[in-house]
Amino acid sequence: MVNHDLVEIRWHGRGGQGAKSACLLLADAAGMQGKFVQGFPEYGPERMGAPITAYNRISEKRCNIHSNIYYPDYVAVVDETLLDSIDVTAGLKTGGAIIINTPGSPQEIRPRLRGWEGTVCTIDARRISEGTLGKNLPNTPMLAAVVKVSGVLETERLLMDIEASFKHKFATKPQVIQGNMEALKKSLEEVQVG
Amino acid sequence: MIHAKDINERTPWQDMTPAGEIYEPGTARLFNTGTWRTNTPVFHEEACKHCMLCVPFCPDSAIPVKDGKRLDFDYTYCKGCGICENVCPFPAITMEAGGGVHK
Amino acid sequence: MSSRLSGNEAVAYAMKQINPDVFGAFPITPSTDIPEYFAGFAANGEVNTEFVTVESEHSSMSVCIAAQAAGARAISATSSCGLALMYELLYVAASCRLPITLACVNRALSGPININADHSDSMGARDSGWIQIYAENNQEAYDNFIQAMPIGETTSVRLPVMSCMDGFITSHAVENIELLETETVRKFIGEYNPEHYLLKKENPLAVGPYDVSPYYMEHKVQEAEAMKAAKARILEVAAAFEKISGRRYGLFEEYRMEDAELAIVLIGSTAGTAKAAVDRLREHGVKAGLVKIRVFRPFPGEELARALSRTRAVAVMDKSEGFSANGGPVFAETRSALYDLKERPYLINIVYGLGGRDVKVEDIEKVFARLADIATTGATGPLYVHMGHRSKEETV
Repeated sequence: MVNHDLVEIRWHGRGGQGAKSACLLLADAAGMQGKFVQGFPEYGPERMGAPITAYNRISEKRCNIHSNIYYPDYVAVVDETLLDSIDVTAGLKTGGAIIINTPGSPQEIRPRLRGWEGTVCTIDARRISEGTLGKNLPNTPMLAAVVKVSGVLETERLLMDIEASFKHKFATKPQVIQGNMEALKKSLEEVQVG
Repeated sequence: MIHAKDINERTPWQDMTPAGEIYEPGTARLFNTGTWRTNTPVFHEEACKHCMLCVPFCPDSAIPVKDGKRLDFDYTYCKGCGICENVCPFPAITMEAGGGVHK
Repeated sequence: MSSRLSGNEAVAYAMKQINPDVFGAFPITPSTDIPEYFAGFAANGEVNTEFVTVESEHSSMSVCIAAQAAGARAISATSSCGLALMYELLYVAASCRLPITLACVNRALSGPININADHSDSMGARDSGWIQIYAENNQEAYDNFIQAMPIGETTSVRLPVMSCMDGFITSHAVENIELLETETVRKFIGEYNPEHYLLKKENPLAVGPYDVSPYYMEHKVQEAEAMKAAKARILEVAAAFEKISGRRYGLFEEYRMEDAELAIVLIGSTAGTAKAAVDRLREHGVKAGLVKIRVFRPFPGEELARALSRTRAVAVMDKSEGFSANGGPVFAETRSALYDLKERPYLINIVYGLGGRDVKVEDIEKVFARLADIATTGATGPLYVHMGHRSKEETV
């Protein structure tokens, strides 16, 4: 079981897919629920498509540690193609889980996880975002899936907070807000745990 | 306020203005660079056509002009560089050895 | 007000609250967010600042110098090579005694070219006459920036202030933060009312005249005296800041140093990680402590010597390589500060975290293990070593 006093999450994505944005949005949302948070990216080459890592610490008291996360409770993989090049489950705690953006089921994906025996969760974030936002922007559905699987935040409150935050941020683009909210809700319903 | 005239090479740092700031205009009057002159231009009024070529070339504003005519040199800041003699198309300016002020 | 902001957002927000007269702006990673956010504030009319976009950092600092000399409050932000391109102007700003405020988002100074955090950029400018204050996290970056102007602008000081934070680790990390009300910030900063300035027409002023040798040294002594005076002013401003924020600042922070036998001295974001290591070791009965230097210029030598006087072994950790072949700059200062103590602790230097090399709690624990060994055996081993790099030999 994951100790909720300090939850550590590692995101794997590619430059331009919004893994960093999802990570920072999660930090902000957790902060709105009264948590102490960290959300920070680790950049390699600053280019579209280059693998990037981002990290979240969510805890009940201020966390001063400013190193990267080597033993995460959860790992989120925003781009399935990273499974072939990056050891995404490295250091992942046995009681934790990995959440992957893929049309496949947990059973189908598991053989690609280099012997990982813990929980595997999948979400077709691409399909959801294309359906709700008209574009492949997988980060919002991924965020919802991570929150659902980890139980680190209350989902109802998350939807309310994000809607309020988007209303402020996208005041001139209301269609973006609606699409994102739908994407979040769909993802909360569709994430598969296996 | 500290005045430029009160600062010299014996002034301790405490009595100098911060960063060498100067708080008044016209302090060049305190510093007569004309004493650096080792050659002196001499004005020959009878040969001068008042073409005014020498005036803008003088780096030290040592050639006064009044009513469209140049006057004799103001030697206060004249360093005797000789540019005026060089640009003068007439034999109206000659250089003489020494820093003495003629006339 | 509680919020969650990255270090860059926090500093940009402080700048907005301050509402300076002029921002000399040129972007460079990882400080780019700061002028970017501020450009938005300026475009939306949320500040009255003259946002001057220029073609280089040499020019952005020149803009600040000209503006500050004219009587305006000028700010800028930069990193790494940008700071290097300002180098000549840093000296001009300091020697003209112009209290400009610069957000320096620390990044490795080439080469090889690298965008990540270390202190080689600002450490290279440590002798330029700027006050240097370093932050551990977004909160300190925000708080330090707000304190910079009251420190730099006071008549006894009149020096520019570089407010530093670690690139990416702090600048791009979103964490919880407590923000002050804008009214409180403005009241704390006050109006900038220099006695002399170029646009004061009733009292003409010449700034930055050529200084011949019979005058130059006196002006440098004035600058040195101003830097000495800055120490007291920094503490005064910190005390006033505590009243409006409840947050306490000093020249450095002592963490569990009361009875510490083994101590680490360092600067910046690694302090948080080191605190976690100290806590873990304390649970195991190890008397570990940390000194996080906040103010590097002026260097708090006497105060630091006092803080370390009862320790047995100390590791000074430098996040920049000074290539002195004799240890990094923080080590040189600390070692020099300890010279006058009757009984000195053993002192070693560890250069770490260059170009964004990560530092874990376990790394810091290793340093403490080495210190414990030194305290027991009295054998320091090599005084100047690196940590976190790959080597065929054992490192720390």
